[in-house]
Amino acid sequence: MSLIEVKGLSVRLGGREVLHDVDLAIAPGEIVTIVGPNGSGKSTLLRAIIGAVQPSAGMVHRQAGLRLGYVPQKIALDASLPLKVRQFLDLPQRSSAEDKAKALDEAGAAGLGERQVAALSGGQLQRVLLARALLNDPQILLLDEATQGLDQPAAANFYRRIEALRNRTGAAILMVSHELHVVMSASDRVVCLNGHVCCIGKPEHVASAPEYRALFGTGTGGALALYRHEHSHVHDDDQCGEKAP
Amino acid sequence: MMSLLLAPFMLRAALAALGVALAAAPLGAFVVWRRMAYFGDAISHGAMLGVALALAMALPVFWGVLVVTLLLALGVASMAGRGVPVDTLLGVMAHGALAFGLVAISFVPGVRVDLMAYLFGDVLAVGNGELAVIWVGTAAILALVAWRWRALLLSSIDADLAIASGLSPRRERLALMLALALVVAFSIKVVGALLISALLILPAAAARPLSSGPGQMVALAMGIGAASALGGLAIAALADSPAAPTIVSLAALIFFATNLIALLRRQGARR
Repeated sequence: MSLIEVKGLSVRLGGREVLHDVDLAIAPGEIVTIVGPNGSGKSTLLRAIIGAVQPSAGMVHRQAGLRLGYVPQKIALDASLPLKVRQFLDLPQRSSAEDKAKALDEAGAAGLGERQVAALSGGQLQRVLLARALLNDPQILLLDEATQGLDQPAAANFYRRIEALRNRTGAAILMVSHELHVVMSASDRVVCLNGHVCCIGKPEHVASAPEYRALFGTGTGGALALYRHEHSHVHDDDQCGEKAP
Repeated sequence: MMSLLLAPFMLRAALAALGVALAAAPLGAFVVWRRMAYFGDAISHGAMLGVALALAMALPVFWGVLVVTLLLALGVASMAGRGVPVDTLLGVMAHGALAFGLVAISFVPGVRVDLMAYLFGDVLAVGNGELAVIWVGTAAILALVAWRWRALLLSSIDADLAIASGLSPRRERLALMLALALVVAFSIKVVGALLISALLILPAAAARPLSSGPGQMVALAMGIGAASALGGLAIAALADSPAAPTIVSLAALIFFATNLIALLRRQGARR
């Protein structure tokens, strides 16, 4: 039984069709990475799954009573709002001090409880957002560009943490990224998205798929190689072979 | 002098101003956090249209104002997020409704209306009935904020996080807007249509530099609002100055003082 099932999903935002005919199912415990260039609808897909945008066609089915943890790219906390990390972790549900300390520890944000959320660095905020999502004891974690702004070792570290978390709790992970070189090795499945699902499968399969190569270029010899060598990666040209209308 | 401060009408005025300040402060904190100041302006200026309608139909001013501010709040809430540039819309509504209200009042036959009383309040003329309405309204608003506190807060921080947690930020915003409409309706007699937004925003903004958490900021804003209301009223009585503008002036002075202290403290820390 899938935790989340997306069927024939189309989403229009401001008159533009951002997603069309997307099918996707997430099984318990699997790590699925959505990759795609900027503007390919990755974040919109996550937002449709949590219910923040309405489909123009198709549907998103969530298992009844599904506990999900959403970790957005960032939050725009207004500077006029004073908020300590531990207070933020109590929204919307209050947790005990031990649970909060445990979640912060697990997310790699130990000791940040008394800090102001607005004063955190990008990486610290990411880990605090992850800690907040963990407090809900999620069956699935949704991560939106969770490593944006992190350097490569820090990003790799973050993903190792996620993988360890999945192994320990059995929570499924659905994450969005354009940093293929770090993401792909940890994933059970990779979804290549550009308005629609270009291709889907095991990381090795997707890395060698022509649709993926068309999207991310072949000059680099594929993302997996990049991951192994751990040097930075530049897209040649973000064009999908089959462009969305 | 002291006998003036203890006269029954002064006591009623003090209780009325205190009630309004206590209700306005927590809502004002959300107005500041969500950058909704223009919304506060729009519905409080729109209240003048409600005054005109109430006078024309010989209804109590409170009900006329409440109906108009609720309609304005619902109108703005339904238009927000549909691609209409909200700040322009609110600017049009704020001053449009104020102008229409002033024109409409001039046509109300047989009534000599003291416009100043509705624009700047007439707290010394508050009666027992109005006092009761203010305190029932204040209790309702404080209960609402306490009940929805975490949901309101999370919705103000990030709408998507709220949705992922099973909340409806749209509903929370609507509750907030309706509460604002209510506070405007029962405050108009005390501070007047032009100064209500000041009483919403100033105490919260004055509390910000002294606060390290949202609950603390609301509590401090309520304290600063109450101090401004009671202190301003006493100063107004002793100096024979208009009550509502004196209250707002005092709140503004407190705002400058707390922000100056915070600024000096930061500079001291840098050295």
